Amino acid sequence: MSEPLLALEHVNRTFMVKGQTIKAVDDINLTIQAGEVLCLVGESGCGKTTTGKMIAGLLPTSSGRILYRGKDIASITDKDRKAYRLGVQMVHQDPYASLNPIQTIYQTLAAPLQHHRFTRGETETKQRVRELLEIVDLTPPDDFLEKYPHQLSGGQRQRVSVARALTVKPAFIVADEAVSMVDVSIRISLLKMFARLKDEMGVGVLLITHDLALAKYFAWDGRIGVMYLGRLVEVGQARDVVDHPQHPYTQVLLSAIPEADPDATRAKKRIELRSTDMPSLLQLPTGCTFHPRCPAYMGEVCEKIVPPLKKADWNSDVACHLVPAYES
Amino acid sequence: MHHFYDFVAGSWQEIVKTFKILSRNKMGLFGFTMTILIIFISFGGPLIWPPETSANVAEINKGSTAKHWLGTDFQGQDNLRKVINGGRDIVVIALLTGVLSMLIAVAIGSFSAFIGGRVDSFLMEFVNIWLTIPKFPLLAVLATVLALKDVVMLSVLMAILDWPALARQVRSQVLSLKSREYIEAATMLDLGTPRIIFRELLPNMMSFIAISTIFEMTHAIYQQTGLVFLGIVPYSSSNWGVMISAAERRGVLFNPQAAWGILAPMAAIVLFQLALVSFARSLDEVFNPRLRTSV
Amino acid sequence: MPETVLSVRDLSIAYQARRGQVQAVRNISFDVERGEAVALIGESGSGKTTVGLGLMHLLPATAKVLGGNATYRRHSNGSAASEIEVLGLKGDSLRQFRWHECAMVFQSALNALNPVLRISEHFIDTANAHGYLSGYQQTAVLQERSMQLLSMVRLDPKRIWRSFPHELSGGMRQRVLIALALLLEPQLLILDEPTTALDILTQRSIMDVLKELRQKLGFAMLFISHDLALAAELADRVATVYAGEIIEIGDVRTIFREPYHPYTIGLIKAVPTLTSDKSALISVPGSPPDLIQLPTGCKFHPRCPLADERCRREETKLTEVVSGHKVACWRWPEAREVLKVYRA
Repeated sequence: MSEPLLALEHVNRTFMVKGQTIKAVDDINLTIQAGEVLCLVGESGCGKTTTGKMIAGLLPTSSGRILYRGKDIASITDKDRKAYRLGVQMVHQDPYASLNPIQTIYQTLAAPLQHHRFTRGETETKQRVRELLEIVDLTPPDDFLEKYPHQLSGGQRQRVSVARALTVKPAFIVADEAVSMVDVSIRISLLKMFARLKDEMGVGVLLITHDLALAKYFAWDGRIGVMYLGRLVEVGQARDVVDHPQHPYTQVLLSAIPEADPDATRAKKRIELRSTDMPSLLQLPTGCTFHPRCPAYMGEVCEKIVPPLKKADWNSDVACHLVPAYES
Repeated sequence: MHHFYDFVAGSWQEIVKTFKILSRNKMGLFGFTMTILIIFISFGGPLIWPPETSANVAEINKGSTAKHWLGTDFQGQDNLRKVINGGRDIVVIALLTGVLSMLIAVAIGSFSAFIGGRVDSFLMEFVNIWLTIPKFPLLAVLATVLALKDVVMLSVLMAILDWPALARQVRSQVLSLKSREYIEAATMLDLGTPRIIFRELLPNMMSFIAISTIFEMTHAIYQQTGLVFLGIVPYSSSNWGVMISAAERRGVLFNPQAAWGILAPMAAIVLFQLALVSFARSLDEVFNPRLRTSV
Repeated sequence: MPETVLSVRDLSIAYQARRGQVQAVRNISFDVERGEAVALIGESGSGKTTVGLGLMHLLPATAKVLGGNATYRRHSNGSAASEIEVLGLKGDSLRQFRWHECAMVFQSALNALNPVLRISEHFIDTANAHGYLSGYQQTAVLQERSMQLLSMVRLDPKRIWRSFPHELSGGMRQRVLIALALLLEPQLLILDEPTTALDILTQRSIMDVLKELRQKLGFAMLFISHDLALAAELADRVATVYAGEIIEIGDVRTIFREPYHPYTIGLIKAVPTLTSDKSALISVPGSPPDLIQLPTGCKFHPRCPLADERCRREETKLTEVVSGHKVACWRWPEAREVLKVYRA
């Protein structure tokens, strides 16, 4: 098994808010191979964005290690740190805030190219910028060079953000809800563009989203990780997690999603939660954090013991006392 | 450091573009031309119409006439001529104080905001304490103690007293911009702190910086006028502030015909302020491409 | 004669922007029957929100109704229906219409509630503003009814009554808004993006609440949203809005299963479902037109693979092609062909 590109080992992240401690991310263990495509899904407050930011190096971990190409990013040499910085890039959710409004598209893309000396001189830079614009389907590229962000649509702006990430030849891109603020009718084309990055350039992508149907499509041949209140509760092949969910939370989520098909959605059996109380990150339930609402609640063991993530059916990892460990 | 030079060079390109845009906004055009005109007259005027050297007793305190458009003062000298000659100090103080205090404020404010942590807290504590000191009385005291004769010295003093308030505003602006996604992206692309500050951050604040500088200029003018009026700053030359002070002392308030002695310099100051402020208001369109109707 | 609650005919609304006039709503016509749920589905810049704002007289100062009318019929059991011309309402009669007959639930639950007022005060204020007499008796009755509504939206009335908006979660606030909207028993509820920005499980409870309420209280709903799944879940009829006009309208099942407009077809196939096959999903190429400078003829023609001369020249009209199903497209019989192009 080749060395993973990224490895998260017992990663935790706590925030201090007005004197109170919030555990946003709790004991995440995850390995990501080079060129892999995967999705992190969950509702708001589950810690998926925080995890994405830690992977991208924007936030430090509170405890635990993140390894890039086998080396702990907290204690690497400057040269390796630079490689990590450039190696993992991020595309943000809001197309309106992710580009500098007073720079033209050319200026935005030329800046990292020239700063890191990937190209020298204006002709070479312009040529490379054109290539990048073509990769993200902004054609003809010359139409976009002198435009300002406010002259482009939301979808086009996201493509420019991706092009910007590609300027430094990353190995991995973290896309935080990158299509959520874009019109529905063009989301698929953006996701197809991301898929091409993997196929043609070997760039891996982590898509963070709350939309499970979108996640299944995007990570068709990859994995999905479901997060709840800071923990990974189920990780497995996308199609298996969606078609055969094993963790009760995943099952509840899937049953709750309305779908763009009137018969399917109205015929769906809803799984009712035990309680409608919303959990608060300030007062996390003991043991398995889902236990107060879990329809498969089994009693004391769920309240006292934190279920570990272990291998179950369909080769997925599930953190639930109810789900038996897969005996090989 | 080449990022700083890039910033200046890029700014020149922008200045050219700026003229084109300015000429479309009537308010800005008025403000800009007026400002340039006043500066011109203040520096060039005295060469053409040097100040009168002797008093003219026959013409004391006359109102507006064909010969003296703005009337005469308590010495019989032409007010218009005095106004032309009186602008230089004011303009120098305005420009020098405005630009100097802004430079210090931007340097310290953006540095503080970007570094964050203890350095930031320390600097802001210092600023907070500084802000509790009543500025004008302190200025008055220092002006007396230091026996300022020089316009430049006065400007520097005012700049030193005023920069903390501006620095705090700059810091707020930088803090709000710092969390914008494109700044985060620039950090991820490892573009380096100097580059991020000069190429990504400050250019987005130019409108704020320019407008603040201009308001600081108006503030400096009033402070100087106030000091002169109180007699704290000795008047070796005759500038608009001095004219107002002198006219008031000569009892102009009781003689309607002599009113021009005070109205003329006041009008000059007000006109200068108006020009600066009009210019400032139109700068928003210059610095913000989104507001332009066509590029 | 079906019992129509709202009849909109040829409604046109425009905004004045710096560059020119934004034709946000162009000749929109549709009906909402008593107790029915109609969804107006469109993406950004389609003009759908403007329709809702226009009906409630909540347009900003820069907007103007250019033409058309909206007739509201109040049906009371036994007596004949009385008609109100909505767009012409002013002053007292407008206040009577708003909230009594027709209420609106907005998108951003955060901004819709006054942060310094308790939830109880919201209910009392709303009732007072719309003509309930204040008196001890009336207040008690009002409180009882309000609390009844709060439990109907699955909130704990005792807990919520004395709370401030910031003490409640987004989903709870949205439910308070719904309860508030139903306070004066309107016949029509207009909802603008009711579940956007809410979590999956919260969305689910809002949708279930709306279904239950509709069954119990029998009001009609007009949804305005970009969320196809919401329409699939709750609507009886769906209308797709593009560039300020309705380009297709019909029964929810036929719209999803047998759409006739290339845009609708593209839109439905662009939304992944949990069971859809990967190869079936597409994107609609191009972007929506500039509402200030609209193209000639059919507004969708620049993006449409089937566009021909007629499409470029002649403006389309909403015409009935199958019973109850209307489309605004010259090439509607071959519309499904676009899928081949979209999939390429």
